Amino acid sequence: MNQTPEYLIELKGMRKSFPGVLANDNIDLKIKRGEVHALLGENGAGKSTLVKMIYGILKPDAGEIFFNGRLVDIKTPAFARELGVAMVFQHFSLFDSLTVAENISLGMDNHSNDLKQLAEQITQLSNHYGLPLDPQRYVYTLSVGERQRIEIIRCLLQKPKLLVMDEPTSVLTPQEVEKLFVTLKKLSEEGMSILYISHKLDEIKALCHYASIMRLGKKVAMVSVANESTRSLAALMMGEELKDIVHPEVVKLGEVRLAVNGLNLPATDPLGISLININFQLRGGEVVGLAGVAGNGQDELLTVLNGEQRSGVQTILLEGKPAGNLNPNERRDIGMASVPEKRLGHAAIPKMSLIDNAFLTAYQRLSLLKKWLINYNKTTEFAEKIIKDYGVKTPNSDVFADSLSGGNLQKFIIGRELNQDPNILIVAQPTWGVDAGAAQTIHQSIRELAAKGAAVLVISQDLDELMEITDRIGAICGGEVSPFYPTAEMSVEKVGMLMAGVSLEEEASRVA
Amino acid sequence: MLPSLVKRQTPSKAMIYLSPLLAIFLTLIASILLFLIMNVSPLAALYAFFIEPLSTVYGLSELMVKATPLILIGVALSLGFRAGVWNIGAEGQLILGGIFGGATALFFYDKTGFYIVPLILLAGVTGGLLWAAIVAFLRTKFNANEILTSLMLSYVATLLLNLLMHGPLKDPDGFNFPESRLFSESAILPILYDGTRLHLGALIAIVAVGLGWILLSRTLLGYQIKVMGDAPAAGEHAGFSHSKIIWTTLLLGGGAAGLAGAIEVSGPIGQLLPTISPGYGFTAIIVAYVGRLHPVGVLFAALLLALTYLGGETAQINLKLPIAVTGVFQGLLLFFLLASDVLIHYRVSWGTKLATKLDAKQEATE
Repeated sequence: MNQTPEYLIELKGMRKSFPGVLANDNIDLKIKRGEVHALLGENGAGKSTLVKMIYGILKPDAGEIFFNGRLVDIKTPAFARELGVAMVFQHFSLFDSLTVAENISLGMDNHSNDLKQLAEQITQLSNHYGLPLDPQRYVYTLSVGERQRIEIIRCLLQKPKLLVMDEPTSVLTPQEVEKLFVTLKKLSEEGMSILYISHKLDEIKALCHYASIMRLGKKVAMVSVANESTRSLAALMMGEELKDIVHPEVVKLGEVRLAVNGLNLPATDPLGISLININFQLRGGEVVGLAGVAGNGQDELLTVLNGEQRSGVQTILLEGKPAGNLNPNERRDIGMASVPEKRLGHAAIPKMSLIDNAFLTAYQRLSLLKKWLINYNKTTEFAEKIIKDYGVKTPNSDVFADSLSGGNLQKFIIGRELNQDPNILIVAQPTWGVDAGAAQTIHQSIRELAAKGAAVLVISQDLDELMEITDRIGAICGGEVSPFYPTAEMSVEKVGMLMAGVSLEEEASRVA
Repeated sequence: MLPSLVKRQTPSKAMIYLSPLLAIFLTLIASILLFLIMNVSPLAALYAFFIEPLSTVYGLSELMVKATPLILIGVALSLGFRAGVWNIGAEGQLILGGIFGGATALFFYDKTGFYIVPLILLAGVTGGLLWAAIVAFLRTKFNANEILTSLMLSYVATLLLNLLMHGPLKDPDGFNFPESRLFSESAILPILYDGTRLHLGALIAIVAVGLGWILLSRTLLGYQIKVMGDAPAAGEHAGFSHSKIIWTTLLLGGGAAGLAGAIEVSGPIGQLLPTISPGYGFTAIIVAYVGRLHPVGVLFAALLLALTYLGGETAQINLKLPIAVTGVFQGLLLFFLLASDVLIHYRVSWGTKLATKLDAKQEATE
């Protein structure tokens, strides 16, 4: 059998179940040499489970993997690498206090002790593929994008036949994404197959030849990307047609509801981000977006705005009143509501009922206390109203918060805050991991709240979301907040520059 | 074919209540083995432990006398444990309550009046509160682990009581024995049922169960306690103060333990002694867990643990068994309970290999 088989890797009937879920149900997948194959699906569709089985991290319940036409049993990642499968994970495993070359040497299966030779190889590879990287630099001095290059080069040194990339762009700015794609295209031209996991449709259009689409653990389609539009891909991924959000033609701007003046907040723990001289205003009627790569101070900003952390009295004005020293409840009294990014454990209590969770932030504004006692009748009514208004799928209001799916819990949390009629809403990652239908409900409710005269700040990593629902947009980078610009005048590229900490004015004068 | 533990999708509600019963059952099995090793008839020993103390009215009243401090402390401790505040020094807080209550009783030695008993109880609460306040201060100010500080303060309390018994609080006519005077009639808790030692403290304990239940299930404070224990960040988000909860639960625990201490000295003991508690403060930790950190559960658990104290005494008298058997019993019970609690989140699977073999067979025949 000397003739090379048509496909580099072929999966047949892959099945994997976890307690309570069938993560992969009879999945087939075929990838040719030099093909960039997208694995497309929403969060929780089963993409990561599938690639973990290819890379030997998870053991399939059933199914066969053919590599180069040969039936293989991939028991360990080491065996996968031996076959020629390399994987770049979403989260990196690098030692901050070692150099690039030392990190790469540690990750190799056959330890080469000759660091000098390795450094040469790294420089050579990085020049060839346009991944600038200095082997002598220490990892802690590198940006997230550069760290990812280390992982990619580590893979390339092993001369893989198949490169698996799990959501590689979620930590990158748009400009870094472009550079990465140039590299990936070059690799594909040289005959390497790439399995590219993502739920970002533009990227798949730009990069991939074929796409396998997964939904709820099943493979629903395999399409040639060239024949599809992002819209048709979205419909396949979500299983339903998307409606457009009605964006108001003219936003009626009201009073300044939230003003932040020269806000500084030193990081409390050594790995935290310090907030540096933040200034902005939110006015009634507008939705303002704050973009940014994860871990640039978003959590810190949200907690200092909602009062979980305090700052100087005058640094935060709510409805014109100095509020920097007020606690969360005092700020709620003025009309502020917030939705933190982390749902279980921050926005909601995992092991308490939805009724108790409805009480958590609403008891003051909705007077759910009768003297010393909790008015459970009223609280239950409130919880059931949220469930009804926001279409939360749950057997009843008595189940624990952690028994709900991410999207349903998010609808419940957003509903809890919006049903209190806030004047100011700060919401982080409103639709992260939420299915398309729920995301639309959430976007719609945010716009409706603004239309009623409230000021809304949406902190999100999802640029498409921000471009779609906001009136003004800015970005946070390293704890500093850029100026805000009207969304209509912004492009993804411009927001990308803000996310990387580049000032648009300076950039414009530089170009001119 | 070894059994293996498989994680349950949702925690089993039935096991939450079955686990203490399973633990009691396993404790009985283990103690039967223990008695066999000690060359005692298990039947006679178990009879002495669990049946004989309950066969008379006096025995039943004694059960409640022993259960009273366990209930009081157990209810308060379970509030703290719910909030993730691990006060394991209730023994020391109880002793301080005894010292404060006892000193008050001795101060009013030659007085009579209805006001003396309430003052003693109040003084006891104050003593426990102060001892627990040290722990709360160290925890909130310096982030000192409350498990260590509260435990260490227990030993300080024991030694403090000893010091006082050999010094200022010693009975001047007591032939230098380290004991205080017997309290006057006015400083003794009223007896509820003539011919027994059942005192007013038992009623206070029952009221504490009711108050604890309402506090935990209906009030904002109880809600805050539960939220802080389950998801501290969510509590901060709601605007609850973590240090306020630490202070409140520690003071509640200390106050209740102090009250129990004052009740002990002015109730069944009637004077101050170098040893005023057979480890009620520590046993109450077991009580809280066997009672599933629920005030009503605590009531039943306290009765069970009180029975081990009584049974230990009967077994010592009737069968010449060492009193340490009580401690072994209580330890076994907590040990088996913690082990059984695994089954709330996991289930035992007897050989998944067998199942896969069967599957393979089926496939082969198809």
